[in-house]
Amino acid sequence: MPTVLILGAASDMAHAIAKSFAEHNYDVQLAARNVTRLNTFRTDIELRQNVHCTLHEFDALQFGSHEYFFKELHPKPDVCICVFAVMDDEDAAFNNWSITERMIDTNFTGAVSILNVAAKYYQSQKQGVIAGVSSVAGERGRQSKLIYGSTKAAFTAYLDALRNKLYKDNVHVVTVKPGFVYTKMTEELTLPAAITAKPEEVGKAVYKAVKNRKNTVYVRWTWKWIMLIIRNIPEFQFKKMKL
Amino acid sequence: MRKKIANWGNYPVMESDEKTFTFTEELKEMLRKKNNVIARGNGRCYGDASLAENTISTIKYDKAISFNTEKGIFECQSGMMLSDILTVIVPKGWFLPVTPGTKFITVGGAVGSDVHGKNHHVDGSFSNYIIEMDIMLATGELVTCSPSSYSDLFQATCGGMGLTGVITKVTFRLKKIETSFIKQKQVKANNLEEIIHLFEEYKHYTYSVAWIDCQKKGPHFGRSILILGEHATQADLSEKQKKEPMQLPKKKQINFPFNLPSWVLNSLTVKIFNFLYYVKNFKKEINNVVSYEPFFYPLDAILNWNRGYGKKGFIQYQFVLPLEAKQGLIEILHKISNEGLGSFLTVLKVFGKQDSLISFPMEGYTLALDFPVRKGLFEFCDELDQIVLKYAGRLYMSKDARMKPEVLAKGYASLDQFKNIVKKYDPNHKFLSTQSERLLLTNN
Repeated sequence: MPTVLILGAASDMAHAIAKSFAEHNYDVQLAARNVTRLNTFRTDIELRQNVHCTLHEFDALQFGSHEYFFKELHPKPDVCICVFAVMDDEDAAFNNWSITERMIDTNFTGAVSILNVAAKYYQSQKQGVIAGVSSVAGERGRQSKLIYGSTKAAFTAYLDALRNKLYKDNVHVVTVKPGFVYTKMTEELTLPAAITAKPEEVGKAVYKAVKNRKNTVYVRWTWKWIMLIIRNIPEFQFKKMKL
Repeated sequence: MRKKIANWGNYPVMESDEKTFTFTEELKEMLRKKNNVIARGNGRCYGDASLAENTISTIKYDKAISFNTEKGIFECQSGMMLSDILTVIVPKGWFLPVTPGTKFITVGGAVGSDVHGKNHHVDGSFSNYIIEMDIMLATGELVTCSPSSYSDLFQATCGGMGLTGVITKVTFRLKKIETSFIKQKQVKANNLEEIIHLFEEYKHYTYSVAWIDCQKKGPHFGRSILILGEHATQADLSEKQKKEPMQLPKKKQINFPFNLPSWVLNSLTVKIFNFLYYVKNFKKEINNVVSYEPFFYPLDAILNWNRGYGKKGFIQYQFVLPLEAKQGLIEILHKISNEGLGSFLTVLKVFGKQDSLISFPMEGYTLALDFPVRKGLFEFCDELDQIVLKYAGRLYMSKDARMKPEVLAKGYASLDQFKNIVKKYDPNHKFLSTQSERLLLTNN
């Protein structure tokens, strides 16, 4: 049976992605900080889907540990999905360097650090799939997502470049841009229902994208067009807008 | 997030701040910050039992924890739905010990309402099968209770409508099955006398329930169809069914896409529906082997069927009368047919003995009717309440949205004891619902 590794397994979205792969008979490796708290996630996946599920301690900010973390995975995952990210209050981040730094280090540096390790392994094996959950917020810098959007822009660029680099080695990279999703991260926001996905939809979309080796996927199709418009607003106009 | 929520009857609708949690530490933090809270599962109770200024949704706290396939013991978080549990346990040869008429409820809800099923007369209610459960109290303390440990908390939580705390985890016993099919028998009864007689005649059947036409007057007053069932054995199955004796039902669901205008449901359409429902069983008796889904959950096939009652919503009126109060049943049915307030799919069932603190079931006849909300309905229900009380019966809190506090007090002999236990574990009434306020359960 194939195995999928979920990096940042504690979130609603990660859980939905894990379930979606388990439904297609993937064994699941859940990696997160204080991973023992995810024991019920493990039992749930094992009981519902009859697959093996294991827990692995992983801290995105401990860059130095990533190589060892990956080395200790047995078996090595066939698919590696990077889901972790933090989205702090932007005003707080703007006024407090440590918050900004943590966002950059988690969303970009940490992701690059661990995915480089996975990429090198897959390159040596001449097979494997990496999927990164980035964000539509990375498509155009705007004030309401000053730091978060920047980290995601950088992450998207990294994923695209990695796909390009690994193409010759038969390794595929998927960039996922979910748009609005009903998760704990967004529980306090009032989101427009028509363009907001449930975590389960993201799970299904990621599985399908990996299976069909898609390059970039949005979860709800409307986002592709929304972002097309946003990307094409002329900068002299865009800079005056409050988006 | 503040949003408008309502339970299955779409009445009442209220604004509430609803929050979810994945870990008990998050729940603890919520309870530290908020007052006037009530736990809420899938919102399938009918009235206002899980509505409050602040609601804590257990829907994301839904993990399966352990399943002993030898002994048939299942352990899960309180937000796990019965529908999901079935997909795990049925292929391994086990079934829910007790299930209500919908599988779209959470385990926490099943405990909070102490739900009953078609097998109440032989197996009792859901709480009979609980080995132990965890409850987070108002203080944030997590307590494991069972019939023998913290037994007062246990008893006041089974059927206690969430007023003792938030149920977080439940361990319960399952029922062994040989196949996932049900051997079904349907028998038509011409009138109320006959159906009551049939219930007696077939009381050895594990599952029994009757659909009753509550609008018919004259000699066919109370005509009904008795629906009986047993878990099928290998020998009962057809050759085709034998190939996959433990199969899960195919997912065939249709969605009720919008609210029907409320005038669609009137005494004429109800009459036509009831007539068709009765005559569809052409023969006096039908015997067949069916999947468990249509037997236990016929209405689950139509998602959002509650929209059929329109935007104003509906209430479900469910009461139980002692066995000797057959006259009361006749009186109530007469009153309903005279009023022309017939409901679709009125359900009659005989309960077995039950002796619990605050759970609804007691030995006798229970009848459940749906009434669309309209002018004069609540006054009419108040009159029905008086008949129920006259015959020493009571109403089901999970269905209730309008009962007066004195009706509850007269129906439930141990109510004061229940209130005292609630007060012992939650002296400041952190947990309360619109219902508990209306029924004066959480006032000091």
